[in-house]
Amino acid sequence: MAVATAPTALPVAKKRELGQSYWDLVKYRFKKNKLGVLGLILLIALYVSFAAIPEFIAPYQLENRSNFVEAPPTAIRFVDANGQFQAPFIYGLDRKIDTVKRLRTWEINTDRKYPLRLFVQGDEYRLFGLIPMNIHLFGIEADQKEQRIFIMGADALGRDYFTRILYGGRLSLMIGLIGQFLTLALGVTLGVISGYYGGAVDMFVQRFTEFLAAFPNIPLFMALSAAIPAFWSPIVVYFMLTLILAFLNWGGLARQVRGLILSLREREYALAAKSFGAKDRRIMFRHLMPGTMSHVIVIATLSIPGMILAETALSWLGLGLRPPLTSWGTLLQDAATVRAIRFTPWLLWVVPPILVTILTYNMLGDGLRDALDPYSGR
Amino acid sequence: MAEMAQNGKADNILLDVKGLKKYFPIQKGLLRKVVGYVKAVDDVSLYVREGETLGLVGESGCGKTTASRSIIRLYEPTAGQVLFKSRVLSPDGQPRMVNLLELDRDQMTKVRQEISMIFQDPINSLNPRMTVADIIAEPMVIHGKYEKGRSEEIIVNLLERVGLRADHLRRYPHEFSGGQRQRIGIARALALNPRLVLCDEPVSALDVSIQAQTLNLLQDLQKDFNLSYLFVAHDLSVVQHISDRVAVMYVGKVAEMASAEELYANPLHPYTEALLSAVPKPDPLYKSERIIMQGDVADPSNPPSGCYFHPRCRYAIDRCKIEAPAFRELKPDHWVACHRAEELQLKGI
Repeated sequence: MAVATAPTALPVAKKRELGQSYWDLVKYRFKKNKLGVLGLILLIALYVSFAAIPEFIAPYQLENRSNFVEAPPTAIRFVDANGQFQAPFIYGLDRKIDTVKRLRTWEINTDRKYPLRLFVQGDEYRLFGLIPMNIHLFGIEADQKEQRIFIMGADALGRDYFTRILYGGRLSLMIGLIGQFLTLALGVTLGVISGYYGGAVDMFVQRFTEFLAAFPNIPLFMALSAAIPAFWSPIVVYFMLTLILAFLNWGGLARQVRGLILSLREREYALAAKSFGAKDRRIMFRHLMPGTMSHVIVIATLSIPGMILAETALSWLGLGLRPPLTSWGTLLQDAATVRAIRFTPWLLWVVPPILVTILTYNMLGDGLRDALDPYSGR
Repeated sequence: MAEMAQNGKADNILLDVKGLKKYFPIQKGLLRKVVGYVKAVDDVSLYVREGETLGLVGESGCGKTTASRSIIRLYEPTAGQVLFKSRVLSPDGQPRMVNLLELDRDQMTKVRQEISMIFQDPINSLNPRMTVADIIAEPMVIHGKYEKGRSEEIIVNLLERVGLRADHLRRYPHEFSGGQRQRIGIARALALNPRLVLCDEPVSALDVSIQAQTLNLLQDLQKDFNLSYLFVAHDLSVVQHISDRVAVMYVGKVAEMASAEELYANPLHPYTEALLSAVPKPDPLYKSERIIMQGDVADPSNPPSGCYFHPRCRYAIDRCKIEAPAFRELKPDHWVACHRAEELQLKGI
C-alpha cells in the first residue's frame, strides 16, 4: 500500500520488495518436503472427489436401489471370452439360487456385454447443490437398465457401494474439518485469554479443561447423544455431533496455546504495543495469536484424523450418525457383522479410504511441522 | 523535597517523578500467599526538563528498566507520583501537569501519544509477523490517526529520517541488521510526534560502531523534533556522551542526580565515585585507582537497613546503618542521598 508513494529506483530493490514474510518462508521450506507435498496433493484430491463432487464421480445416486442385492464387485474386462482384446466392458449378472446352500448367488453371463463409457448420462443431480446435471464420470449407458456397474459391489438394498463410500466420505471428511474449526475457535480464543490475563481467568479456564479431560469419554458421549432428541432431523444430529466433538477436544489445544502465550506476552513487541496504547484485544489477537498459529496449524492438522476416527467410532457404536445419513461410520456399522464379512466382504472397501485419509493428514501434518518449526534452524 | 524540585527549575519541567515505588510480590505455596516483596523500584525521584536528556544509570538489576516502565504504566506502580506536562489532556491545549498514576484508562491511552518508548532488544521489540510499514503505522492505527496516503507519506519520511530507505517498507524485521531494526524501533517511537521518549537501553544490544551511529541519530532527532529523553543505560561513557543530566540508581533508589559535567567531575555519593573509577580511560599511561567495592549488590527483596549502600561503602558510619538518607538538593540542581555528602571529598574524572 505504502509502496505506491515510495520511489522504487533500482530493479534490484524491486525484486527484493517482494519481502520474505513468515508464510513465504514456510511455503519455501514446505515445498522441499516431498512427503508433505504428496500428502497435500492427495488430501486435496480426496476432498475434491469425496466432499465436493461425489455426485459426478459416483455412477449412481446415493439412494438408488436395484434388484442386485449383495452383488459382488463387477470386474472390468478388456479381453472377451474369445480372447479378443477390446475397449473396457463388463459382463451381465444373472441371479441364481443355490438350493443346497440356500443362498442367492450372482453369475456372470458372458452373452451380455456392456461397454464401459466415460461421461455417461445417468441419475439427475445438482453439482454443488446448484447446477442440475446428469453426467457421471463413468458407467454403462443409461438405456441398458437391466444391468448395473458395481465396482465395489452392492449392499443389502442393491445400492452401489462405491457411490455410498464417496457420499459417506463427504460427511466424515467434513465433520473432521468443521469440528476442528470449532475446536480451534474455542481452544485458541480461550487459550489466548487464559494465557494473557492469567490470574483468576487462567485458573478458571485451566480447571475447566482439566474437568473435561478427566471426564470418561464414552459415557459422556452416550449421555450427550442420548440428550439429542430422537425426532431431530439427521442433519441437526450431525451438527450436534460436530459440536460435541469440538466441545470435548478444545481443552488440550487451549492449554498449548496458553503456554505459548505465556512466553510470547513477555516479548518486548507485546510491551511495545501496550506502551503505544493498544487495547488488550489488539495485543491478544493482533500480536500474540499470530505467533501461536504455526503451532496451532500443526496440532489441528494432526488431530483432524482423530476427529474423523471419533465420528467413525461413535457412528459404529450407534451413538453418532444414524441411517439414512451415510458416513464412513454408518457404512462400517453395516460391515461389522460376521455375516457381512463371510458373504459380502467387499463392504470392507470403506476401510482403505479411512486409512488413506488419516495417512495423508499425518503426512501433511509432519511436513507442516517441519516447515513451521521455529527451532529447526535455518 | 519535592517542592524544592519545583522551585529550582519550575517552569520547564516535562516529567517529574516523585517517590515512585514498584514492589513485585513474592508468592509461595498452593494458595499463592504473599511472603514478601521485591522492591525493584523503591522511592525514585527524578525530573526531566523539556528538550533535555536525563541519563539513568546503574548496574544490572537496580531497577532502571522497571522504573522507566512504571513511569508509562506498563507496570502499575505501587506508590508515588508521575507528573507529566500533557497537552492532549488539557482542554485549552495549554500544557498542564497531570499525575499519570491517577488517570483512567482512556486518558492514559491518550497520554501515550505524548510519551513513547524505545526498547532494548531490537529483535524482540518488533513483531516478526508485521512489515516495517505496519510496525511504524501501528501507533497511528491505535490512536485512530492513520489515513491512507498522508500517513504513508509520514512513514516514508520517518523511515528516511532514521536512515532507512522507502523500499524497506514491505520487508519484515528479520531481514534487517540489529542497528537497522533499532532504527525501525526509533521511527515507530516518533510516529505520533511524542514529547518524551523513554529509551530503555536502546544501544546496549548493538555493537560499538553501531552504538555511536544510533546515539548520534538520537541526538539529531532530539534537536529536530524537540524531544526529551529519559535515557536508561548501564554504560557510563554512553550516558556521558548523550546526557545533559545524569541520575545514578542503586538498588531501586536514586543515589545522585546532577548535570553530566558536575556529576562526572564532582560526585557527591560514594557509589558514584566507585562507578566512575571503573570507567576505562583511553590513555595507556593513566594509572587508575580503581575502587573495589566489598560484597555484592544488595538483594532488593531483602535490602539492608539504613542506607542500602552502607555494607559496601568505604565511608559508612554508624548512622548509615540505621537511618536511610533523604534525597536532597545539596548544590543547585545537584541531588544526592548520602548522610556524609557535605564532608566527603570524592574523586571524579
